[in-house]
This record gives sequence, structure tokens and C-alpha cells, in this order.
Amino acid sequence: MLAHSLFFYFFSTVTVFAAIMVTVSRNTVYSVFFLILVFITTSILFIMIGAEFLGMIMLIVYVGAVAVLFLFVVMMLDTAEHPAQKSIRKGFVNNITVGSIVGVIIFLELIVVVAGWKYKGTFVPLSSINLNTSNTHALGNVLYTDYIHLFQISGMILLVSMIGAITLTFTKKENVKKQNYFDQLQRDKESAVSLVEVKSNEGVKIDD
Amino acid sequence: MVYINIFFSEIYKIIFLLLPVLVSVALIVWLDRRVWAFVQKRKGPNVVGPFGLLQTLADALKFIFKEIIIPASANKIIFILAPIVTLTLSLVAWAVIPFSNEMVLANINVGILYLFAVSSLSVYGIIMGGWASNSKYPFLGAIRSAAQMISYEVSIGIIIVNVLLCVGSLNLNKIVLAQENVWFIFPLFPMFIVFFISALAETNRPPFDLPEAESELVAGYQTEYSGMMYAMFWLGEYANILLLCALGSILFLGGWLSPINIYPFNLLPGFFWMIFKILGLFILFSLVKAVVPRYRFDQLMRLGWKIFLPLSLIWVILTASFLFFLDMLPTTG
Repeated sequence: MLAHSLFFYFFSTVTVFAAIMVTVSRNTVYSVFFLILVFITTSILFIMIGAEFLGMIMLIVYVGAVAVLFLFVVMMLDTAEHPAQKSIRKGFVNNITVGSIVGVIIFLELIVVVAGWKYKGTFVPLSSINLNTSNTHALGNVLYTDYIHLFQISGMILLVSMIGAITLTFTKKENVKKQNYFDQLQRDKESAVSLVEVKSNEGVKIDD
Repeated sequence: MVYINIFFSEIYKIIFLLLPVLVSVALIVWLDRRVWAFVQKRKGPNVVGPFGLLQTLADALKFIFKEIIIPASANKIIFILAPIVTLTLSLVAWAVIPFSNEMVLANINVGILYLFAVSSLSVYGIIMGGWASNSKYPFLGAIRSAAQMISYEVSIGIIIVNVLLCVGSLNLNKIVLAQENVWFIFPLFPMFIVFFISALAETNRPPFDLPEAESELVAGYQTEYSGMMYAMFWLGEYANILLLCALGSILFLGGWLSPINIYPFNLLPGFFWMIFKILGLFILFSLVKAVVPRYRFDQLMRLGWKIFLPLSLIWVILTASFLFFLDMLPTTG
């Protein structure tokens, strides 16, 4: 058990350190990299308590997809080049009240959650879980039977948000030539190539 | 003492896995160039060593003795980290690849998810390299590459779901054993084709080598790299290609199983069959490189999102309903 707890303390220290660095570091790209470190170490902690499926899903979804998009946005924003320390200090004074209120609320919520953990109801009775199967099978058995409606509703919510994001960014561009693949494939020599007699000083008009 | 023993036995296993992988990466680079030359009726590397086998070693020596140049405007830490991340991720994934029933470093029960997670992380090496170079071509290459890898990962993930539906387990060894009667390439043949093309795009191989399209972007995200750091990118890339060949042979070609389970074929240990299958897939990869011209970027995105994604989704539904209505769903974990 010694090695296990050593690894646990190592990874949790890295997690906490990286989580602090996300907010502290000046360079926004570094912040995203520290965020990725937080995700990776969190998934390692998941794996260490035996939740290997959750750990891997955490890696695939958060590190493989979400954090890449964060990184894209931050790199495009070009904030990394100009730290603009003065305006950050100004913002600090202006926003300290709102920030601390939000912080206190989140802290209180955390206390409520941790304290209320003792009085939680049993969501899935332990007797219904087959302990001989792997975590993935047990999770699937619960998720697709008892909680199928909640599962499908969360899928619907994701679908709606996806459609919303697409409609927000979708603009139909005028005056843009788009290749029609079927037309392109059906071109042959007769329709594509023609011999044109060019008169001097007049030229020809193509591509109409 | 117990910990030290465990530590050393694991280290020894890891070294015996990694050295062959690195050596085979060197040989595979030679094979790639030879196949490429063969298709184009050239000779290819044939001077250094027998059949030019030591060409890659000579190249590696040259890389080692070259100066590493870090551009003045580059972000030094991330610039140096990028090739390290690429190489590490491409080697770390080999931990779960089974070469026979016992020859596997970590026989974990979410093996396929681990492989998928590691291959989805490999985009970071490229983005980091492209951004840290602080130069136009690398950045464009990195953005192209990230968009491409994310899009094709989606279809690879859904293809993996297809196979998992037939297996009922995430363990790679169980996936191989499930193909004892019939390799999945036969019932899932269209998915094998989609997987192969997606693997080409995932590893930035031609015809999808837009991130390093030399006619447009010099060398893409590797433009500013030199010496050993360039070589590390290069090694990582080829190790990734080999990894996807291994994944393809595990998912569709029966991994370390022999083609027919009768006497003369049984004699060879599973290890050799695995190597043969990886090599066969790799030769297909390099043949494609030799004969196909490069895609345009919009065509690439269209292929990924509008053709492969719907196709593999439909195939998931087909597989699931087929298994369900014929009562062939796998039961045990």
C-alpha cells in the first residue's frame, strides 16, 4: 500500500499545483496547458481508485477534445503576447467584490455537498450490481436500464446545444463558388475542353 | 525490497518492449522508402549496409550530430517539449498491444480505450510544436493537423464501437480471441476500409499529409525543428503509424491468431503472425503513399464529417440490430 499512497500523494500534489497555476500563470496558453495537466492527473487519480473506465473517458473527452478547442481559442485570441499587467491590476480592484462573492458561494456549496454526503440516499442499490463483471459492464447495466431516460435526456440536451452552435455560426455566403462533386465527376472531354479562336485585341470570355 | 524487485522487473519488460519497437521503426522507415521507390521504378536506399538496411541508422547518426537550433522568437519550453510529447505518446501506447496471449506488458481491461485516449493525445505534440515555433507555416500546419486528427478520431471511435459490439469487452486480448472463428474484416469489411483511410488521415500520411504539405507549407509544424528534435518528431510519427497498423490488425485481422487453426500454421507462435499482419498493413500504407495525390483540405473535411461519420454510424445501427435480432449479442464480460 505504501507505493500506492506515495503515488496518490504525488499525483494529487501535481493536480493541486497545476490547478493553482491555471489561474496564476500570466501566459494564457500556459494556463491551458496546466488545465490539461489537471485533467490528466485527475484521470490518473480516477484510475488509481479503480474507476478505469471513467479515467479513460475523462482523458478522451476532456483532454482529447475539449482542451484542444480551448487551446485553439486561446492561441487565436493572441492574448499570450501582451500580458498587459496594468489592466490586469485595474481589473483586480474592480472585480474583487463580485469575484469574492462567487468564491464564497461556491465554497458554501462545497461544504453543503461534503456534509450532505453522509445523508445521501442510495441511488443504485448495491444488491442490483453484479460484482463479478467489470466496471464498464456494471456501469452500462445501470445506465441503460434504470437511468435510460436521464441518459437520453442528457443526449437530447447535447444535441440541442450542438444544433444551436451550428445555427449561430452558419452563414450563407454570397458570391462564393462551391464545387459540386457530382458535376465535377460528370465532366468529360466534350464539355470541359473547347477550341476557341481568339481575335486579336478582343480576347475571349471564358468562365461565365 | 519487494517494491524494488517489482520496479526492476517492470523496467526490464519495458526495455524489452521499447527497443524492438524503436528498431522496427528504423527498419520500417527503410521499408517505406523501398516500397515507395519500387512503385516509382527507382532503387531507393540501397547503399548503406546490406540492401541499404542501415540507411536509417546512418540518418539517425547524422541527426544526432547536427546542431539543435531554437528560433529566437520561439517559446523555448514548449518548443522543446513538443517533440518529447510526440515521441513519448507514440511509445507509451505500445504497453497494451498484445503480441500473443501472454506477451503483453499491461493486460488492462480498458485496453482499447487506453489506445484511443493516447492516440487522441498525440495531437498535442503537433499543436505545441506549431504554436511554439512562432512562425506562420508551422502554425498553419498545426491548425490543419489538429482539425484533421479530431475529425478522423470521431470516425475511428465509432468503428471501434462496431467491433466492441461484436466482442463485448474492452480488453484487447479478448478482442483478438473473439475472432477465433472469423476475423472481423469479413463481417465488417466496409468498416475496415473506413478504418484504413481514417488511419491514414490520423497519422498524417499521404494522401492526407496536409499538415506538412511541402508544396504549400515547407514542412508544416516541423519547419523550425532541426537535429535530434526533428528526428524525434519523425520517430514518433512512424511509431504512430506502426501503432495504428497494430490496432488495425487487432481489430480486424485477428491480431496474433494464425489465419487457419490447423497443423502447419499453428507451429508459428502468435508473435510472428502479429508482426506479419502489422507489416502487411504497413506495406498497404506505403503503397497508398506512392500512388495517390494529395487531398484538398475542404475535400478532407467533407470526407471525414459527411461521408465517414454517417457511414460508420449507420453501420453501428446495422451491427447492433443484426446482433440483437439474431440473438448473437456477446454476454460475458
